[in-house]
Amino acid sequence: MTEAEVLKKVQDIVVEQLDVDVDDVTLTADIKDDLDADSLDVFEIMNELEDDLDIKLEADENIKTIQDVVTYVKKELDNK
Amino acid sequence: MENIEISYTARYVPPEVIDNQRLTEFMDTSDEWISQRTGIKKRHISLNESTADLAEKVAEKLLTKSGWNPNSLDLIIVATMSPNSFTPATAAIVQGRISADNAVCFDISAACSGYIYGLSIVEAMLRNMNLKRAMLIGSENISKLIDWNDRSTAVLFGDGAAGALIELKEDTDSKFISSDLKTIGNEAEFLTAGITDPLEKFPDLDSIRKYTTFKMDGRRVYTFATREVPQSILRAVQKANLSLEDIDYFILHQANSRIIRQVAKKLKQNEEKFPINIDSFGNTSAASEPLLLDELIENGIVKRGMTLALSGFGGGLTVGTHIIKY
Repeated sequence: MTEAEVLKKVQDIVVEQLDVDVDDVTLTADIKDDLDADSLDVFEIMNELEDDLDIKLEADENIKTIQDVVTYVKKELDNK
Repeated sequence: MENIEISYTARYVPPEVIDNQRLTEFMDTSDEWISQRTGIKKRHISLNESTADLAEKVAEKLLTKSGWNPNSLDLIIVATMSPNSFTPATAAIVQGRISADNAVCFDISAACSGYIYGLSIVEAMLRNMNLKRAMLIGSENISKLIDWNDRSTAVLFGDGAAGALIELKEDTDSKFISSDLKTIGNEAEFLTAGITDPLEKFPDLDSIRKYTTFKMDGRRVYTFATREVPQSILRAVQKANLSLEDIDYFILHQANSRIIRQVAKKLKQNEEKFPINIDSFGNTSAASEPLLLDELIENGIVKRGMTLALSGFGGGLTVGTHIIKY
C-alpha cells in the first residue's frame, strides 16, 4: 500500500468512528485535540486498522496526529 | 413438553452509594472523565456486607416473590469472582441461611460471564439430573478486590447481587433456545484478581498470606469485548435459527456503555435494543446481567414472550450468550 492509500484507509475509519468530516482528517490533525477522540476511540481506530489490514498495532505507540497513525501503519505493513 | 423458564427475578444492592464526585476526593479523576469513557455516574459499595450477605438478600426476595418452600429447591449456584472464601462456597452459606436443605450448592468462577455460564449449568442439570427448581445468583463484592489507589480500575466497579428462580416445567411458553460459550485462556493475564503465590519454602511458619488486587489491561479487554461479544451473539442467534431482528433486547454485561454501543454498532442493531443501567451501578461483574434483567422486568420493559439475548464477557477471558424466550 502506498502512503496515500494508507491515509485513505485511516480517513475512512476515523470518519466512521469519530463521526467527523473527512476534510478535517488531515495529516496534521491531532487526533485527541482536533478530532476530539479519547483513549477508547483510539483503541477502536487501531482495532479497525488491525482487522482491515491484518497487522498488529499498539495503542500507545506515541500516536498524536493522523500522520503518526499513517507512518506507524505503513511501517507495520512494510514489515509484514 | 417440559421447558425451562426464568420464573422470578430479584436484586439487592448495598445502601452505600458512591458517586463520581466522591471518588475525586481521594483520586485524580473527574466525573466528566469517568462518565464519558464508561457511562458510570455512581455505584453501590458494600460496607460490612459480604458476598454471601448480598446473595442471601436476593435469595430471600426470590422466595418471598415466588412463595416457594425453600425445601423445593434442588440446586443453588452462586456465580462470583469475589466469594466469601475459597471454601465453603458462597452458595452453601446461602443454602444454610435460607434452609434449602435439599439443594445441591456450589459456586462458579467465570468472572463477568459467570451468570451466563451458570445458565448453561442450570439448564444441563435440570435436564439431565431430574431436577426441577434452581436458584442462580450472581453476587459480587468487587470493592474488596480493588486497589483504591488505581484510578484506571477503581472507578469501574460496584457491588451488588441479583438472581433468578429457574424451573423445568410443563405448560410454559418460556424456553432456553440456544447458547454459546467460549474461553480464551491464553489471554487470561489481561484481567486478574486474587492471585495467590505458592509456598517458597517448607515449613513456611511466618509468612503473611497475600493476594493481588484487580488488574486489567484496558486496551486488550476492550478489544476482546468488542470483537468477541458480537461473534458470540451471532453464533447463538444462528444456533437458534433466528436473526438479530428477532431479538427484542440484548441484555449485555454492564462493563462499559461504550463497549455496549460498539457491540450494537457492529451488529447493526438499534442501540435502544441494548438497555443500560451501568450509570447507576457500575460494573457488578456476575451480578450485572440479572440485575439489569430484573430492573427491565420490574419496569415492564421486558415482558413474557419476548426473545432475549443475554451476553456476558470478562476474566478468563470468557464470553457467552444465551438466547431465551422469557
